[in-house]
Amino acid sequence: MPDLFTLLTDFTIRNVTLGAMLLGVSSGVLGSFAVLRKQSLLGDMLSHAALPGICLGFIIVGSRQLLPLLVGALISGTAAALFMLLLINRSRLKTDAAIGSALSFFFAIGIVLLTYIQSNPNANQAGLTSFLFGQAASIVPTDLWILGSISLVALSIVLLFWKEFKVVTFDIQFAATLGFPTAFLEIVLTSMVALAVVMGLQFVGVILMAAMIIAPAVAARQWTERLELMVFLAALFGALSGMVGAIISALARGLATGPVIVLCASFIVLISLLFAPNRGLLWASLETQRQHNALRSRQVLGNLYKLSLEHKNPAYRVEESMMNVYYGFNTRGIFGRLEARGFIKQSSHMPEEGRHWELTNQGMSEAKAFLSSLGQAELADV
Amino acid sequence: MSSLGLQIMLVGALVGISSSFLGSFLVLRKNSMLSDAISHSILLGIILTYLVIKQTTGPLFIIGAALSGVVTVYLTEFITSTKRVKNDAAIGLVFPALFSIAVILINVYARDVHIDIDAVLFGEIGFIWLDTTAFLGLELPKSLISMSIITLINLAFISIFYKELKLSTFDEALAKALGFKPILLFYSLLTLTSVTAVTAFDAVGAILLVSFMIVPPAAAYLLTDKLWRMMAYGSLISLGSSVTGYYLALYWDVSIAGMMAVMTGIFLILAFLLSPHYGLIAQEIIRRNQRFANEERALLVHLFNHETSHHQNEENIVTALQEHLMWNGERSRNVLMRSLNENLIERDGEVLNLTLKGRAIALEIMQPWQKHFLNETNLNSK
Repeated sequence: MPDLFTLLTDFTIRNVTLGAMLLGVSSGVLGSFAVLRKQSLLGDMLSHAALPGICLGFIIVGSRQLLPLLVGALISGTAAALFMLLLINRSRLKTDAAIGSALSFFFAIGIVLLTYIQSNPNANQAGLTSFLFGQAASIVPTDLWILGSISLVALSIVLLFWKEFKVVTFDIQFAATLGFPTAFLEIVLTSMVALAVVMGLQFVGVILMAAMIIAPAVAARQWTERLELMVFLAALFGALSGMVGAIISALARGLATGPVIVLCASFIVLISLLFAPNRGLLWASLETQRQHNALRSRQVLGNLYKLSLEHKNPAYRVEESMMNVYYGFNTRGIFGRLEARGFIKQSSHMPEEGRHWELTNQGMSEAKAFLSSLGQAELADV
Repeated sequence: MSSLGLQIMLVGALVGISSSFLGSFLVLRKNSMLSDAISHSILLGIILTYLVIKQTTGPLFIIGAALSGVVTVYLTEFITSTKRVKNDAAIGLVFPALFSIAVILINVYARDVHIDIDAVLFGEIGFIWLDTTAFLGLELPKSLISMSIITLINLAFISIFYKELKLSTFDEALAKALGFKPILLFYSLLTLTSVTAVTAFDAVGAILLVSFMIVPPAAAYLLTDKLWRMMAYGSLISLGSSVTGYYLALYWDVSIAGMMAVMTGIFLILAFLLSPHYGLIAQEIIRRNQRFANEERALLVHLFNHETSHHQNEENIVTALQEHLMWNGERSRNVLMRSLNENLIERDGEVLNLTLKGRAIALEIMQPWQKHFLNETNLNSK
């Protein structure tokens, strides 16, 4: 197995890595808007719908040049998007059925065209099916220039229309009242998703491209509430999954690049969903646990106080096992935490065995404060 | 017609019919894209099950493979339930990840897994006769038998739980309140969807399945408001697509499953254009008739308002319509022609007069209480 250094200096692998990173950046940035506009599956639809365009591009040009195929993909993607919009706006079908119908109809046409090409002997047709799953290794420097220029154009458009895109994404009615051409901006945003999809066809293929639109954006969304940072992080995550995916698939020869890149992106999503501060599921469950414990501790403290009140004995000793029975679970941890905060102290109650607890002065005042905050001041005032 | 062709068309029709039963509910529940997710991710189930039990047939294989479809739905619902990710994005995250794992597994176990990537995509409906078995003394393709069984199972499920499915589809809250189990039904429906997808996998491949599952019900939805009719029309469209797709595929020498899928899309377009009530053309005619009626009513009201005033000779003439109602020459000519034809107005030289019929309509618009009043006086006089 070659080491990492030779890998990165290898011409093809460097090209692939660079290309995958370019793709990651653009799909991350453009995907952010799609995900926020609840159009995640648009990417899925557009990528499946690219297939007939690729085939038509091939049939017309007669060889596997990148640019004509990409133009074909863009055209058929646009046609599918229009078909979908027509179904949504002029029929009673809902968005999901319209997306599913447009996706499968165009993909089926693509499959038919693909088999049509295959049934006509043509030396150049090799590698056309690679658009289904992507074939990163076939990339040549000219392709990189094409991809680079497309990314540059897409990113410049985003920077240029930043304010407009932001308003359209979050509050389209407000954008309309401000006099922005909302329909035009929506079309631009949608066509840019199509552009990102088209770029990814060679790396991850039509089937998996949806993930490259969605995953970096969803991952980035977990870390921030700000669009600027989200778009930046999405670009970063996209580039990272592109780079790592390309390197892994080069190290372990025989692994298709596209799926590895997609799995890297999915992994970043998983990490983000679990560990991102505030929104991360792990933090959320820790916070829930903390609040749960705090509430329990206060309940137990309050009950200790009430018991001492009932028995007219400030130093009334409560047996731990009795509290276990009362609450129906083990209170050991709660007593331990209360002790650590100095609210209770352990004491014995001879001749009875078992652990007993009594309130300290500090615990007494804490319990009073807690009970009066619950509106049980008459108990606390005693 | 060869019996081979008949068998292929039958399998295609059965794939469509069995999926349309389930797909109708998915379309109505706005879950169409789940079928896309399921059909992609069962590839993982197929490969994992194959690696474990080393066979690609039998009930055990189907159950094992179908499990991955159910897992997909569960994962999607779980991710959505964390409220960190929207439902559509969750779908777009889960299935590409599972599909990627499947493709990587195919790469890794290339020597053990004899799954042809082309077959995954196109299906091998043209080769079903390669794998036959004796049934009732006939030598029939296995997929014909398995598709017949799955069609019967789906039909039985729908018939037995028709009422429950209908209620939980249209009013989930009420279904829950009445003690039905809409969530259990939902998962049963999607389990059957997975089983159907696995069974149909050999014939039509993973991705084309969406064409058979979503598109016929979507087309049927444009034709009727009745649930059982939607399923019946969906089945007829499946049958039609299968037959026409088969012959067109033979004619052009292209993928049979692909062409059948394309035909479902064509039927959708036909329904979209020609549906007697919801079709584009029908809607256009309804809209035009409403516009005509509105124009005529505007004319009648205009004439009515001025017919007793001394401006009558200035207002109720043809040229005034262009200035006062802002109608151009052609439009006012058309309105006049229609109104004259329907005997709503009559011409007296330049001046236009209301007929009795026309005045009655104008009166009803301008003084609706008059009608009520007249009716009442009639009653009183009796």
